[in-house]
Amino acid sequence: MPEKNVLLLFAHPAIEQSDANVELFNAAQSIDGIQCVDLYAEYPQHDIDVCIEQQRLRESDVIIFQFPLYWYSTPAILKDWMDLVLEHGFAYGKTGDALKDKTLLLAITAGGPEEAYCGEGFNHYSIRELLRPLEQTANFCRMAFSAPFVLFGTRTSLDDERLSAHILHWKRLLSAIKDNQIDLKASSHLPKLNAEVAKLMELEQ
Amino acid sequence: MTGYFIQATIYLLAAIIAVPIAKRLGLGSVLGYLIAGVVIGPLTGLVGSETVTIQHFAEFGVVMMLFLVGLELEPKMLWEMRNKLIGLGGLQVSLTIALVMGGCLVLGLAWQTALAVGLVLSLSSTAIVLQTFNEKGLAKTEGGKSAFSVLLFQDIAVIPMLALIPLLALPELMDIGVQASQEDHHGDTFNLSHLVSGWLYALAVLASIIVVVAGGHYLSRPLFKFIAASGLREMFTATALMLVIGIAALMSFVGLSPALGTFLAGVVLANSEFRHELETDIEPFKGLLLGLFFITVGAGIDFQVINDNLSTVLMATLGIMLLKALVLFFLAWLFKIKKNDGWLFTLSLAQAGEFGFVLLSFTTQHHVIPKELAQVLSPVVALSMFLTPALFILFDKVIMGFYQAGNDAREADTIDDHGPVIIAGIGRFGQIINRLMIANDIHTVVLDHNAAIIDRVGKFRVKTWYGDATRPDLLHTAGIEQARLFVIAIDDPVRTVDLVKHVKHAYPQVKVLVRAYDRGNAYELETAGADIVVPETYFSALQLGGEALKAMDYHPFKVEQIKRNFYKADREGHKQAYASWQEREEGNDFSSSYLQLFMEIEQRIIAAVKQNRIHGHDNSESGWTPPPKQYTDDVDA
Repeated sequence: MPEKNVLLLFAHPAIEQSDANVELFNAAQSIDGIQCVDLYAEYPQHDIDVCIEQQRLRESDVIIFQFPLYWYSTPAILKDWMDLVLEHGFAYGKTGDALKDKTLLLAITAGGPEEAYCGEGFNHYSIRELLRPLEQTANFCRMAFSAPFVLFGTRTSLDDERLSAHILHWKRLLSAIKDNQIDLKASSHLPKLNAEVAKLMELEQ
Repeated sequence: MTGYFIQATIYLLAAIIAVPIAKRLGLGSVLGYLIAGVVIGPLTGLVGSETVTIQHFAEFGVVMMLFLVGLELEPKMLWEMRNKLIGLGGLQVSLTIALVMGGCLVLGLAWQTALAVGLVLSLSSTAIVLQTFNEKGLAKTEGGKSAFSVLLFQDIAVIPMLALIPLLALPELMDIGVQASQEDHHGDTFNLSHLVSGWLYALAVLASIIVVVAGGHYLSRPLFKFIAASGLREMFTATALMLVIGIAALMSFVGLSPALGTFLAGVVLANSEFRHELETDIEPFKGLLLGLFFITVGAGIDFQVINDNLSTVLMATLGIMLLKALVLFFLAWLFKIKKNDGWLFTLSLAQAGEFGFVLLSFTTQHHVIPKELAQVLSPVVALSMFLTPALFILFDKVIMGFYQAGNDAREADTIDDHGPVIIAGIGRFGQIINRLMIANDIHTVVLDHNAAIIDRVGKFRVKTWYGDATRPDLLHTAGIEQARLFVIAIDDPVRTVDLVKHVKHAYPQVKVLVRAYDRGNAYELETAGADIVVPETYFSALQLGGEALKAMDYHPFKVEQIKRNFYKADREGHKQAYASWQEREEGNDFSSSYLQLFMEIEQRIIAAVKQNRIHGHDNSESGWTPPPKQYTDDVDA
């Protein structure tokens, strides 16, 4: 099967304070064939180059946003990136079909535990509900929206020894996407992608 | 010798007293000189018949004035104004001449004399009108612009008029004046037409015009550059004078008007980068000589004649002003200059002008207008000029009041006048500023006193005027009165401070942005009143320091924060230190206390940073801090 072109856009404004995201990003960079972009490093003054970014999108099949969930949304630069790059005539509108049939995957870390993200939890909404604005953005650009790949309870993930397993799953997920071994579109109705990756890894053993 | 000194003192003293007073009263400098002349001449009798000799000498001021008029005539600007210039200006001059001439013919004057009177009275007073426009902020209104194009046309029309007048000479007057003329004009025996004749003479005339045009075009640049390289300011003045006087001499020699020659030279040099410097150098000579000329006109007024013809003078003055106003009113209607603009146009130009005096003295010399008639016309011209301020007051109080209601929308236009940005110094620093302005279509006037730099940036199509920006008169020529910003990017800290002081004192409305050599210089500049001060090395050093941090594997976004916080702490520290320095060091020499001040600032910065650290984290790390690990324990569902 032909390889997929994978673009990973990473947004974290304070890497030196990160436990999980920096490890995840380093892991992604260690895999050949994944184009990894640290948005805050590339645009430290938020001076996003729309042409370069649009060209990167054109050359990709799967686009991954990797970020810590900040107030149920993305860090500022990723919002800025969307506002600037997803132009009319490029991403949407009559002639805007550059993103058509591509796939968007969110790889996020959340501070709260998984059980907080439901009607009874202190976050009151499921993670899929909270990510609706991004999902609709993908829909509007006629992209497929994959189930998100999520690490919950990030602040304790290192102490609980959940992080290393998550990183292993993450690496497997990325290579599976690249080698077209996983159907992201088929997963779009799931609450999250994590279980699919686990299944894939079990099958292989 | 003592006699000359006493005379010169009388002339200068009269001017010094009369001109500022006249200007304060809104009468303009021309009337000030005239009054000074009247006072020292017919009123007190301090000066006598020598005024006629002085007047011939002072007429050279007119030659210089036409050189300056030529310098101002950029072909591009003329082309843009062509419709108004030829339409409005041409019709105003020709209609007025025709009507005045017709009137004079009815009164029984010879047609030559009638035409000459028409020429004299058709001109308006550029000096008074433009001065008043600038003072009242009317220069950019529709009426003001139209009036300006008429005045410009008149200035140019003076040249053919000067050429025409000798052809109108009346034989009967010549007979009377032949004796005097031979004494007056003995200098003119140095005339080529007496020496050679026929086609050789015509060839010489043609050749000398070519010399002026081609020389001005090709030789002036290397010459000025050579002189500028010497760095001697007075040599430049000498060169400018030599240029004007030399051309005047050449023109007189071949029997052409010196005014025409220098005017031509001025037009040729209008696009030269040395234009402003030339203007600056010639301007004071022109001003003084013209002033002297007007004094002699005032001194030459014969009160006996006026007394005898009092009613004639008054009637003629009012008549000519009414006539000129009617012509102007008709033109305003014809060219659709509406409402208050039309009235401004009509009222502002209804007087006769200073060039009228020039033409009058020229016509009597050439026996076109009899001396007795000139004695009557001269006070008519002066009186109409005296009445001009009254017409402006009429405009201000009556016309503007009448149109006030419908005028609001137009007013905004006038205020929204984007005056140019003047940049002093186009070295490595000023270039960047200029490029930034040009890229945004902001008009800049660039001054530099280094001819080599002007050459270099000229290759990148940056138009730079040669001249020392610290000279107040050059700033004036560069148009600082109309400028919004004045950017000082010269590399001499001491002169920068002087320049800031001067500009903020003389033109407080202009915003001054300055490049500072170092901190000490920056403080001095702030004390001198500069609006914005940027140290010349600070931000490039900060930038390179940031690059150094990146090279040490700091994350680029983190580096941005570090730079920002460093700058903030630095600026705060300096603000406090500057305030305490001002209190403590008032009147003391700055440089000796600077080291002490600097150390104090550094300690303040370190102290500020340390204090933050004790409280948990310093400023630069307080962004995007994740919550504590057990934060969910405190959250209520």
